[in-house]
Amino acid sequence: MCKPSTDLLIPQVGIITHIRQETPDVKTFRIVTTSGAKAFSHMPGQCAMLSVPGIGEAMFSIASSPTNTEFMEFSIKACGTLTDHLHRLAIGSHVTIRGPYGNIFPMEDAFKGRDLLFIAGGIGLAPVRSAIKYVFDNRTNYGHVDILYGARSADDLVYRHEIEENWASQPNTNVYITIDRPQDDWSGHTGFVPAYFADIGFAPDKMALVCGPPIMIKRTLDALLTAGFKKDQVYTTLELRMKCGIGKCGRCNIGPKYVCKDGPVFRCDELDALPDEY
Amino acid sequence: MLEIMKQRAKELLESGRVVRVLGWQRGDFPNLREPVFFTTAKQLDNLEYDRFCAANLSKYLIGTDVPTLAFLKPCDTYSLNQLVKERQINRQMTYIIGIGCEGSAKLTDMEENGTLERCLVCTKTVHAAFDELIGEDAAPREKNDRFAGVGEIEAMEIAARYTFWQDHLARCIRCNACRNICPVCHCKKCVFDNTKYDTAQRANASAFEEQMFHIIRAYHVAGRCTDCGECNRACPQAIPLHLLNRKLISDINHMFGEYQAGTDTETPGPLTNFDIEMDKEVGL
Amino acid sequence: MMKIAKEHLPRLFAALAKQIDLLLPAQQAEVVNFAPFCPDAEIDLTTLKTANTPKHFFLPQVEDLYTAAVNAGQISISAADTPIKPFAIFGVRACDAAALDVLDSVYLSDPIDQFYQTRRQAGCIITLACEKPTASCFCTAFGINPTEPCGDITTWLTDDVLYWQPNTEKGDKITELVADLLQLTDESPAQDISENICLPLDKFNPDNLLALFNAPNWQDLSVACIACGACTFVCPTCQCYDITDFDTGTSITRYRCWDSCLYSDFTQMAHGNPRTTQAERFRQRFMHKLVYHPANNDQYGCVGCGRCVAACPAGLNIVKVIKKLEVAGNV
Repeated sequence: MCKPSTDLLIPQVGIITHIRQETPDVKTFRIVTTSGAKAFSHMPGQCAMLSVPGIGEAMFSIASSPTNTEFMEFSIKACGTLTDHLHRLAIGSHVTIRGPYGNIFPMEDAFKGRDLLFIAGGIGLAPVRSAIKYVFDNRTNYGHVDILYGARSADDLVYRHEIEENWASQPNTNVYITIDRPQDDWSGHTGFVPAYFADIGFAPDKMALVCGPPIMIKRTLDALLTAGFKKDQVYTTLELRMKCGIGKCGRCNIGPKYVCKDGPVFRCDELDALPDEY
Repeated sequence: MLEIMKQRAKELLESGRVVRVLGWQRGDFPNLREPVFFTTAKQLDNLEYDRFCAANLSKYLIGTDVPTLAFLKPCDTYSLNQLVKERQINRQMTYIIGIGCEGSAKLTDMEENGTLERCLVCTKTVHAAFDELIGEDAAPREKNDRFAGVGEIEAMEIAARYTFWQDHLARCIRCNACRNICPVCHCKKCVFDNTKYDTAQRANASAFEEQMFHIIRAYHVAGRCTDCGECNRACPQAIPLHLLNRKLISDINHMFGEYQAGTDTETPGPLTNFDIEMDKEVGL
Repeated sequence: MMKIAKEHLPRLFAALAKQIDLLLPAQQAEVVNFAPFCPDAEIDLTTLKTANTPKHFFLPQVEDLYTAAVNAGQISISAADTPIKPFAIFGVRACDAAALDVLDSVYLSDPIDQFYQTRRQAGCIITLACEKPTASCFCTAFGINPTEPCGDITTWLTDDVLYWQPNTEKGDKITELVADLLQLTDESPAQDISENICLPLDKFNPDNLLALFNAPNWQDLSVACIACGACTFVCPTCQCYDITDFDTGTSITRYRCWDSCLYSDFTQMAHGNPRTTQAERFRQRFMHKLVYHPANNDQYGCVGCGRCVAACPAGLNIVKVIKKLEVAGNV
């Protein structure tokens, strides 16, 4: 008689210790285990499965940096059954958490020692934030940092306070913010990310990381190539429906690659070899 | 007969009366026939019709918005009528050639194994709708005992009846073949697929749910089921689903008078027609 | 090699069943399924295609993962403790035995699926060689020899003798349980290789991935597909699953269950779906079996058992896809 030992599909219980309202529909949840520890270690780019039993389970990118050894943060947009429910939870509520899943941004190889360009749109800044904070916490390992971030409106900019108070004042770092359309209380840049990228005129000598809605990724990639970037200098992170997180349940594949296991991080030249089905 | 079918289809296609033809063609295995839409006269050389063409093609006409010729066996036309009545098929977009039928073969691992149960007790030997007819129908069978199986189960003790169904339904693999092949199972979003209202159920998480799927399905098609037998043909586990449907047909016949769904496209169904006098009669 | 007279098979099965959970192909209504041994079961050793496949016993249709008690926002988790007893399946055909290799390549690769592994370790596969194929068989196209099935024990049945050959340590142990009923023999069963079926599999080379994906006739090939999951659920290698919740009224049981890429909500997300048409979902099933799985595992994801051929209510099947798929571009 034998029983399955603890499987990767079985989660830990997590507790929400802090909630920050980022935008009208995005909240950042701070989660630790019930004993107060970080649930597991991870690297930028990786994800975790969060769940409320009876409601659902879904994959979210880890928005905090591995250098934070105390807790993990998830920035979650209310856009479905589970995410709506998460938004109704109060501090102290339990969720379940399992992970880490997926591959990582090349922080310790391709990015190391290089100038970096982070480009994000909307909630797509969440996974990128993990990498940005990792860079700031290991500042001497990286060159110049440019951060280009856009959202629909000023109200939809996630981490706005953190960007303005902290990121913009980091050494050897430039931050560029844009919103899609002008609005009354906004004196910054307006326009879409790919256009702003072209206006700024980045030299194609850096490594780039792009994350956002699929259309924004595609347009930004075009702009990067026009600017002289090679596809092997550009990384992105993708999302498809996932259930297991370990490359077995079979629903997040793009061709033979599973986004949960072989991704979510892809170098753009790798995507060319895959079917356009994402 | 097949040659006449091909010739008529080609004529209707070439005249522009229809732009496609729904029929069958041979598959890559002996006895395999697959539904297909033909769009050229040349393709129509592959049209096939024999006792292996069991599929009821009426469901493929749902939502048809281009003039389509369909070859329908007599029993298939009841499904067509039912779907027209339920406003799933625009009859104006269809041209129906009724084709004679002498019963379809039952296949076991692709080998012919007698005749389909539905054909052995067929009551729908005459086309209920057509624009033209080709071929001869079989005469209605003299002895029709399509409710015999229902009677046998009704005669069982409750415990035996429960065991009968439990044994059969325990084999269900929830492949949804019965549901998806069913002409009148045409909900855009099936209640069992709907994650919005806690009713989604991809598999049976308990023996109770195992029964619920089939019972709910049987009730949902009650009064609309033409007894076309496709659920029975499609079930890879040979669950006698026709008995569930026929039990409801039999009850409806007793309560509301003889009723055959799909006989026409107008008559309100017995369960969708509220008549206070009739309800008194059946003691509701 | 060992043997036992065919007439003594009931004794062999009864003796085995006394010591281990034994599953045998048995007639159930009009189908044959692997079912637990019982003395009055109608054992069927001639039907090649059981309606259920050995997959049921390693990747069950429904499998509880854990139970979560939720009280006032507080959650406690207890992992499912379904006990898994050692068991043996007799009468597994070569295709189904090969199908377990396909499942192994997914579920036993890193990270190992513990639920599957536990069942796999507990289960002994006793295969039965085929004498001649049925109309829907095409295992030889995938390099499977139906007369020499693998498994922990291989058996061959002639008119009057069952030959018995243990292949693994697990097979040896099972053999010991019934050693007194088996005789050693120098004979070997006749093994006529049935005619090899050839299918144009060459084009399903991972190098052709994009050309196959973009083939012009996926729409035509899939037009009759009614979007049920019959082919996936009768398939001995189909391996995709869903994870979902069952509310018991007092707690939440999270379980996994078979799922099908042919279902419209398989890839549905809150913000969209990468496969919106049935042609795309149909393509996924065959690309997975013929291109994606081979690209990752160096083996096809189909074993040619032919169950999907018989199960499809619309007469569609992988053989047609293999024959008719047109490779796009200049490949």
